[in-house]
Amino acid sequence: MSNDIKIKKGLDIKLKGAAEKATENAIVSNFCTVRPEDFHSIIPKLIVKEGAKVKAGEAIFYNKSNDTMLFASPVSGEVLEIVRGPKRRVDAIKIQADKEQSFKDFGAFNLESADGNAVKAHLLASGCWPFIKQRPYDVIANPDKAPKAIFISGYASAPLVADLDYVLQGKEAELQAAVTALGKMTEGQVHVCVGKNSNSPLAGLNGVTLHTVSGPHPSGNVGTQINKIDPVNKGEVVWTVSGQDLVIIGELLLTGKFNAERIVALVGSSVKKPRYFKTKIGSEVATMVYDNGVDKDGNDRIISGNVLSGKQVKPDGALDYYSNTITVIPEGDDYEFFGWNKPVFNKVSTSRAMTFSWLTPNKKYELDTNTNGEHRAFVLTGNYEEVFPLDIYPLQILKACMYSDLDEMEALGMYEVAPEDFALTEFICVSKQPHQKIIRKGLDVMIKEIG
Amino acid sequence: MGLKSTLHNLKEKYKGTKMAPAFNAIHTFLYLPNETTHNGTHIKVADDLKRTMNTVIMAMVPCLIFGMFNAGYQHYAAFGTPVEFLSWDAFYIGLIKILPLVIVSYGVGLAIEFLFAVIKKHEVEEGYLVTGMLVPLIVPVDTPLWMLAVAVAFGVVIGKEVFGGTGMNILNPALTIRAFLFFAYPTWMSGDKVWVHGAVERANEIAAGAELDAISGETILGGLAQGKDLGYSVADMFYGFIPGSVGETSTLLILLGGLFLIFTKIGSWRIMLSSVIGALLMGLIFNGVVDAGWITESSKFYGLMSTTWWHHLLIGGFAFGTVFMATDPVTASQTNKGKWIYGFLIGFISILIRVFNPAYPEGVMLAILLMNVFAPTIDHYVVQGNVKRRMKRLKVKTA
Repeated sequence: MSNDIKIKKGLDIKLKGAAEKATENAIVSNFCTVRPEDFHSIIPKLIVKEGAKVKAGEAIFYNKSNDTMLFASPVSGEVLEIVRGPKRRVDAIKIQADKEQSFKDFGAFNLESADGNAVKAHLLASGCWPFIKQRPYDVIANPDKAPKAIFISGYASAPLVADLDYVLQGKEAELQAAVTALGKMTEGQVHVCVGKNSNSPLAGLNGVTLHTVSGPHPSGNVGTQINKIDPVNKGEVVWTVSGQDLVIIGELLLTGKFNAERIVALVGSSVKKPRYFKTKIGSEVATMVYDNGVDKDGNDRIISGNVLSGKQVKPDGALDYYSNTITVIPEGDDYEFFGWNKPVFNKVSTSRAMTFSWLTPNKKYELDTNTNGEHRAFVLTGNYEEVFPLDIYPLQILKACMYSDLDEMEALGMYEVAPEDFALTEFICVSKQPHQKIIRKGLDVMIKEIG
Repeated sequence: MGLKSTLHNLKEKYKGTKMAPAFNAIHTFLYLPNETTHNGTHIKVADDLKRTMNTVIMAMVPCLIFGMFNAGYQHYAAFGTPVEFLSWDAFYIGLIKILPLVIVSYGVGLAIEFLFAVIKKHEVEEGYLVTGMLVPLIVPVDTPLWMLAVAVAFGVVIGKEVFGGTGMNILNPALTIRAFLFFAYPTWMSGDKVWVHGAVERANEIAAGAELDAISGETILGGLAQGKDLGYSVADMFYGFIPGSVGETSTLLILLGGLFLIFTKIGSWRIMLSSVIGALLMGLIFNGVVDAGWITESSKFYGLMSTTWWHHLLIGGFAFGTVFMATDPVTASQTNKGKWIYGFLIGFISILIRVFNPAYPEGVMLAILLMNVFAPTIDHYVVQGNVKRRMKRLKVKTA
C-alpha cells in the first residue's frame, strides 16, 4: 500500500470567488435550525417540546432505531418551533439562541484508561456520534458494527471549499484527542490523507497512518481515498469523519463541552468579499451572506456546502450540520439565444465542441445554475470515466441503480460509493442526469433490502 | 424582450398540454432553456445533447457538399460529357438530386419523432438530428424518394422508437434504414446502375427499345467483385472522385471529419483506430492468401482479395462507416476496453464480408449492425472483469 496517492482522472473546476484567508466572527445568529434531513435515513424521535430550554450539547432528539444515539442542540436557548411536514414528519427544530451561551458539561474524558466501548458510549451520549459516517451507504455509522478502518480526509479539492489546512490551524490538541479516541473503536488503522504540499495540522498526529494525495478533484473526496487505500468489500464497514468535525469531537473529549463552532468559508462569484467566518452549526446564512456583498434583491442561489454536492437553502435558511462552506452563485433562470450551438467562452466544458474552456485552463469562471440543456437519456459514453478515478464503471452502476437490480449494484461496487463520488460525472453529464440522486436512491434501496 | 418573452409566455400556456413537447422542441432550438439545477450539482457543463449532435453534423457537412459536386461530376462523366469537378453544372445536378434526399430524410424522420414525443409525452430528443443527416449520405444518389420515406419511417419506428427512443436503441437507426432499403428493394439498390444519376433511367430506356449506349454506374467494389479493374487511381479514391453513395466517397473529408470528432472529444478515437487496425489486418490476411497461391485468378474472390491491403480503407463505405456510424455511442460498446474489441471486429468483419459476400460487396453496413448486436455482450464481459476483481479482493480477505 502506497502512502502517496496520485489521482489522474478528475477535474478541477476553477470558479471565481475563492475565500481570502482571513477569518471574521460572524454576527451571532439569533436562531439555530437543526434539520433532521441532514442525517440521512435517521427517523428522529423528539425529546424536547416547543418552549423547552436546552443547553448547548443537550439532546433534542434521538434515533428511532437506536435510542442511545442522541442528537445535540448546537446552541443553548429556547426551542421556538418544531416545523413539521406531511405525515407529521419533523422538518426542522428551530431554537432561539441565548445571548449568553451555556453548555451542558459532559466532563473531561480520560482517554488513557478508556476502552472503545467507553468512547462509543461517551460520543453517543454527547451528540458527537452523528459526525461519524460510514460506508457502505453514506449514513451515520452504526455503533454496533466495528469498522475495519477509519478514514479522515484532510484535503479539500472540491471547487471553492474551505481550505482545511487553514481552518484546522492551531487545533492540534483537539484533533489528536479525537483520532486517539476513534482509534480505540477500530482494530484497523486510522487513515489520514493530507494534500501533498500542504502543512496540515493533521500531518503531525500520532497513532494514524498518513497518506499524501495529489491531483485534481475528487482527490480530496474521502471516497476516492478509500478506494485507493483499502476499498470496502461486502460485509465490511469503514467510518469517515471530516476534519472540522474532529475538532468538535476533540473539544468535547478535552473540555466536556459540545462546542458546535466551526470556521466556514463564504465563497462564490456573487460574494463581494469572500472569506472565512467563525460561526455555529445551524446558524442562519443571512448572518453572513448579506453583510458581505451579496445583493439582497439579487437573483442568487445560496448553497450550504460546495457547488457540487451542497444543499440549496433559502435566504432565511441555515448552515447544515456537516458543511463548512457557503457558496453563493448567480441563478441561471434565463434563456440564451441559440445557446446550444454558438461558441462558448464563458462556461466550463470537458469537450471541445465549440466550447473553448480548453484554451484557458487557468481561467476562473463565473458559472450560474442553468442546466445548459435539457434532461435526456444517457447517450454519450466514455466521458464519465475521464473524471471518475474509482475502480468502478460509473455508467453501468448508475443504470443498475435506475432499475434497482440489487445483485448487479452489489457486484459493481455499490458498497464503496457515496453520492458525492458522482458529483463530477453529474457535472459533466451531457444528458443532465441527476447522478447523485440516482446513487442516493440506489443506496436507500440497498439499506432497505439488505440492511 | 420581444421574441424571448413571447415564447416564454407561450411555453407557460402550453405547459401540460399535448402540444408541449412539440412546442418545446422548437423553443429550445431557438433558446437554451431557462431550466436551473436543483439539489445535486448546482452548476453544469456547457455541453448538452444538442451541442453534441450539432458537432457531429458539422463534421459531416463537408462530405455532403462534396457529395453534391461529385454526383454531378459522375453523372456527366458517365454520359460522356465530362465537366469540371468544381463547376456549377456539377453542383446543380447534386443539389437537385441530394437536397430532396435530405429534406425527405429530415421531414419524415422528425415528423415521426414529434408524433412519438406527443403520444408518449416526452421531449423531442436530438438523436434524429444526426441520423437524418447520415441517411442521405449513405444512400445512392438515385434512390427514389418514396423508398427513402418508407425506409426512414421503418428505421425510426422499428429501429429506435419501439426501444424507447434516443439512447435506448440497439441498432444504429441510420444503418437500419440503409439495411431496410437494401433488403426491401434489392433489385433497385444492389444493381450497378443506381450509383450514378441517370444510369437507371437510361437502362430503362434501353430496355424499352431506345438506341442508346448503356451507362455503367458501377462502384469500385462492385467492379472488383466481378474481377474487373475500373481504373481509378489511388488519388481519385482518396480525394473521392469515384462513384458511390452520396457522402462516402471522399476519404480525405471523412478523415478530416474524424479528426474533428476526435479533437472535440465527441467521437471515440478508440473505435476509429481499432477498426482501421482490424480492416488492415484482414486486408493483409487476404493479400497473404493470394501471395501464397491458395486461390487462382479464376476464383470469383480474386479481385477483392488481391486488392492491396490498405486500399480497402479508401474504397466503399468503410471510412464513412468507421468514422460516423461505428462511433454512435448508443449502439457501440460503452466501456473503453469494449470499444477496442468492438472497433477491431467491425474493421475485421467489414473486409471479410466485402470479399465473400457475392450479392453486395459492401461489408461495413452489415459488420456494424452485427457488432451493434454484440456490443452489450462485449461490455458484459469487460464489466465482469471488474466484478471478478472485486470478488477476488473479498476472497483474499476472507480466506
